[in-house]
Amino acid sequence: MTTPLEENMIHSTVAPPDPAVEGAAVAAPGRDAPIAVKIHSDGAPKPEVKGTPTPQTDVATVPVVRLRGMSFYYGSFRAVREVTFDVPKNEITALIGPSGSGKSTILRAINRMNDLIPSTRVEGEVLYNGEDLYGDRVDPVEVRRRIGMVFQKPNPFPKSIFDNVAFGPRVHGLKGNLNDLVEQSLRRAALWDEVKDKLKQSGTALSGGQQQRLCIARAIAVEPDVILMDEPASALDPRATLQIEELMHELEERYTIIVVTHNMQQAARASDNTVFLNMGEDRAGYVVEMGPTTQIFTNPKNQLTEDYVSGRFG
Amino acid sequence: MAGASTAVPAVVVRRSLAGQGADWRGLIFQGLLLLSVVITLLFLFILLADVFSRALPVFTERGGSFLSSSLSSSAARSGVIQGLFGSFVIAIIVVIVAFPIGIMTAIYLEEYAPDTRLTQLISINIRNLAGVPSVVYGLLGLAVFVQLLGPLTGGRSVIAGGLTLAVLVLPIVIITSAESLRAVPQALREAGYGIGASRWQVTRSLVLPSAAPGILTGTVLSLSRALGETAPLIVVGAVSGYFSTGNASTVDQLFGRFTALPMIVFNWAREPQQSAFGPLTAAAIVVLLLVTLSINAFAILLRNRFEKNW
Ligand SMILES: Nc1ncnc2c1ncn2[C@@H]1O[C@H](COP(=O)(O)OP(=O)(O)OP(=O)(O)O)[C@@H](O)[C@H]1O
Ligand SMILES: [Mg+2]
Repeated sequence: MTTPLEENMIHSTVAPPDPAVEGAAVAAPGRDAPIAVKIHSDGAPKPEVKGTPTPQTDVATVPVVRLRGMSFYYGSFRAVREVTFDVPKNEITALIGPSGSGKSTILRAINRMNDLIPSTRVEGEVLYNGEDLYGDRVDPVEVRRRIGMVFQKPNPFPKSIFDNVAFGPRVHGLKGNLNDLVEQSLRRAALWDEVKDKLKQSGTALSGGQQQRLCIARAIAVEPDVILMDEPASALDPRATLQIEELMHELEERYTIIVVTHNMQQAARASDNTVFLNMGEDRAGYVVEMGPTTQIFTNPKNQLTEDYVSGRFG
Repeated sequence: MAGASTAVPAVVVRRSLAGQGADWRGLIFQGLLLLSVVITLLFLFILLADVFSRALPVFTERGGSFLSSSLSSSAARSGVIQGLFGSFVIAIIVVIVAFPIGIMTAIYLEEYAPDTRLTQLISINIRNLAGVPSVVYGLLGLAVFVQLLGPLTGGRSVIAGGLTLAVLVLPIVIITSAESLRAVPQALREAGYGIGASRWQVTRSLVLPSAAPGILTGTVLSLSRALGETAPLIVVGAVSGYFSTGNASTVDQLFGRFTALPMIVFNWAREPQQSAFGPLTAAAIVVLLLVTLSINAFAILLRNRFEKNW
């Protein structure tokens, strides 16, 4: 794992500055962007101490996932145009933008979920630890195991709570104590206390918020590296939404999270970095601006971004 | 919107809530629906009442011996054991041949095949096959299972008949299974793929269990369709006269001439109007009905079981 990573870092520092990469200040070294600072819902910047103080603010954060000029086609329709951004390790990156700007498309391209849709095509590169995920020898099943996904609508299996969480470990033939793994995953998903007495009950009988946390537990049970979340809280009430956001904060210690959200407050509260997408004249989504969430929300460079995050369009 | 201060007068509210009075069209439509139900039930009732009343004497006079005796030229001694045997073997052949092939074809078409023109063409043609008259399947059976594969099937044997009926219900098995698979929500598949399950794992552990109740009901119901078919068996050459099994061994019974319940009904029904075979026909129909009804009941049972366990 060290070699591709190192290569990757060298590449990112030595390569001539690509304007798009430059925009992704989060990955650029030497920036003293206070990544740990998050904005509260009232909009005022307020420093917030993260679970564990990490020295990552000094050193360039390692990008786990990098998109390099990625375009995505549904048949002949280009839904996403030349998207370039980096996703730093153990941070939360939010994708925001109006409906149809390609947020879900990008997310699903990162774990090759779009392979399931016939006649789709990717151009450019999607790199995971330096490896092109669309390379010849890459098995999408392995990709999805390392890059897990939580969907907009909670979709637990119509099986028991235990079997929901144990499904992944079972299909991957993971050794070790399944009971412990299920408990640990449910604890990390902040669901254990609510379900520990009814693990045999059906996962579909839980409340919406609980189902979504079950889906998160199911995703982390296979020990992924990256978790993709497509509007994970859009079907939930404000309380459950906050629970999911708190959970994301706890998870970012161990996982890299990319989250699509329509909720500006959520993006501001919950993410470290923000990528703002818009839909162009040709109806293809493109990246308008990206950077630390604080900057995108308080000091955007682009007028479109400012209009969008302040709710004037979108 | 009225200003916040002006309240709507109570009379206006009452009038607006009162509705338009009786909805005649709606009532007439409802009446027609009810009438259709009554007509359907009436036909069914008359049919069943007629058959059961004519069959009753046979069962009261002869009891179980009607089930256990062989065909005979004498109505008083004739029974349906050979028909029961033939239908039983046919059922087994259908289950062994049509169910696995049909279900696996459906899984391939729905879960594995790329969604191309060719796949769509195949699907449409399978639908068309389900609409082909059963006599045509009889001709196919005659050409393939009786003549071409005669050395293997024994010619006009119950094996050839069973295979013909298996082919007959194959499109039905495929269609009902494919529909059950299509009804499985895509979100379930994505959930599985999202944690890195392979296609085989998603199909086996998620898609099939949730489609199983539908697949089972569809396939088992197609079995009762197979057991009720007469025309293909006539073409394939089920015995239409009287024959006795004598002391034939099971192997001889499998590869020799055969008959089945619907064939017996057909033959007896061809006897002159007032012959002694009249009540026997009704009794054979009752036996056939009971067989298919219990198969359908079994299908419902299976479905409930699967829905609970999964
Ligand atoms: N399966 C598909 N087939 C064809 N076109 C699609 C498909 N899915 C999405 N698109 C198109 O791709 C574009 C981007 O869609 P996408 O779902 O990625 O947008 P989004 O940003 O997630 O929108 P939303 O906020 O509404 O979820 C849209 O124009 C959409 O119509
Ligand atoms: Mg979307």
